[in-house]
Amino acid sequence: MSHETWAIETRGLVKVFGAHRAVGGVDLSVPAGCVYSVLGPNGAGKTTLIRMIATLLRPDGGTARVLGHDVTTEAARVRARLALTGQFASLDEDLTGLENLTLLARLRGHRGRAAGKRAGDLLEAFSLSEAAKRAVKTYSGGMRRRLDIAASLVVRPDLLILDEPTTGLDPRSRGQVWQSVRALVDAGATVLLTTQYLEEADQLADRIAVLDHGRVIAEGTSSRLKALAGAAALRVRVADRDDRPEAARLLAALLGADPVLEPDPVALTLRVDEPAAAAKALAAVTERGLRIDEYALAHPSLDEVFLALTGKPADGPAPRHEEVPA
Amino acid sequence: MTVHQAAEHLPYELDTPLISAVADAPPPGRGAGALRATLTFAWRVLLKIRHVPEQLLDATLFPIMFTLMFTFVFGGAMIGSPEAYLRYALPGILAQTVVFMTMYTAVTLNTDIERGVFDRFRSQPIWRPAPLVGALLGDTLRYSLASAFVLGIAALIGYRASGGLGGVAGAIALLLVFCFALSWLWLIVGLTVRTPAAVMGASTMILFPLTFVSSAFAPPATMPGWVREFVTVNPVTLLIEAARGLLDGVPDAGDIALVLALSGVMTAVFAPIALRLYTRKV
Repeated sequence: MSHETWAIETRGLVKVFGAHRAVGGVDLSVPAGCVYSVLGPNGAGKTTLIRMIATLLRPDGGTARVLGHDVTTEAARVRARLALTGQFASLDEDLTGLENLTLLARLRGHRGRAAGKRAGDLLEAFSLSEAAKRAVKTYSGGMRRRLDIAASLVVRPDLLILDEPTTGLDPRSRGQVWQSVRALVDAGATVLLTTQYLEEADQLADRIAVLDHGRVIAEGTSSRLKALAGAAALRVRVADRDDRPEAARLLAALLGADPVLEPDPVALTLRVDEPAAAAKALAAVTERGLRIDEYALAHPSLDEVFLALTGKPADGPAPRHEEVPA
Repeated sequence: MTVHQAAEHLPYELDTPLISAVADAPPPGRGAGALRATLTFAWRVLLKIRHVPEQLLDATLFPIMFTLMFTFVFGGAMIGSPEAYLRYALPGILAQTVVFMTMYTAVTLNTDIERGVFDRFRSQPIWRPAPLVGALLGDTLRYSLASAFVLGIAALIGYRASGGLGGVAGAIALLLVFCFALSWLWLIVGLTVRTPAAVMGASTMILFPLTFVSSAFAPPATMPGWVREFVTVNPVTLLIEAARGLLDGVPDAGDIALVLALSGVMTAVFAPIALRLYTRKV
């Protein structure tokens, strides 16, 4: 039973907090050597799920195996082979970056100077050498994230779990996190990451599981998921609001998708399965004499994925950094 | 007409081959054993003292203020002369300082949980109690530093322990044993209370009566009956009396044995609860 083809294998995994079923029977099979993404809104149960896999939370039902070891009965073996980078930087704010990593290096068996050397190497790899002797509380969000990932690599884990590694980061730091993840996979690790962004899952993951209310509602490769949700979303703003109904009708006919009229009276969005078709459709609209101010082709949002999968938008609270006071 | 690109090209600054190479470096043969892991966590407390010395200062300035105030304001009225009162009150002030500091054990642990660094430690393949035991060992050093600080100030204003260096060392050692045992209770508080501020509140509520309603500042004989009863059963009174005996050069073996026994009982009761909470922590 305990062969290692699966880096993670869960069967009917359940966690209940009071009356709330945070994780309600999850079956996951994550192949070794790949990047696997768990996609879902806030409150979908992503963090609870990975905390059970990382032996930090005891499941109330079902089983979970990491690289063939049961997370409850063989927790020590699981801990020896995985590293978890939590949602909020799990670092000691009062200590310097170098001290944080040296501490972990000592715990993992590096002795004396070797621990400091290992810490220094990791800092250099993540472009943090200059900040090595500064307290972590002075670090920017992106620097903390990099240090946090470095902290997970003191000894290369066979499985690295990242909980929303880019939530709240600026685009540049996000790019750096993505680079780090790819570098780790090159070094032979399996990566499990949670995210609220389809774009992130699409960029990094070989396979994606969509989590909603503690259950997996879709699972597969990113292209399969996009086939469900549309490859992209086309957003158009017309110059004159009176032109919107006509533009919507035309685009709908040309692209074979239902237009969504936005609160902005000149804007509309349609799902697009074939990006090239969007260009043709836009050309046809302008030929009809309708003026377009602006258009954009983007990844479908999590909402659009959920709309396609469940017929309703994701109803978890909005991500923290996008919260707008009412 | 503006055109947005779907994905911007981001500046790729990290040296990815270096990251892969560093990540893949051969690991040390095996992880740290129980002792090394524990000492590593004690080392973390030392680093914290170095980076945030204010915490130690906060904990010691208050008692120093007390020492001066009680000695020079009330001393004459209470016992006849400031010097005589200092001799009486110092063991109490010393005990109060250190016993109060044990509360920071709970605050530090709770902050670790809140910030997530606790999860990082808990997911390491190490002897499970190491983070807790290491923190308590490191705290013991903080208690020693604070004791030395208070005794130093007292010496400056004329305190002389008739028990000599041996008496002073004995009294400090006894304090450390007691506080190490009491700290297990704070670990339980730190693991169960939600926020560091609430931990502060709960601990202060427990510590104020324990340290003040004791024989620290006035002999119990001067107090009304029901207060006197509390004072005599208060474990802090017991600790103060044992320390006073040692400092004054008249050690009472019975008092000392009782403090050691009490410390043993506290550890035996609180430590398993704290460790269980720690491993089960949600």
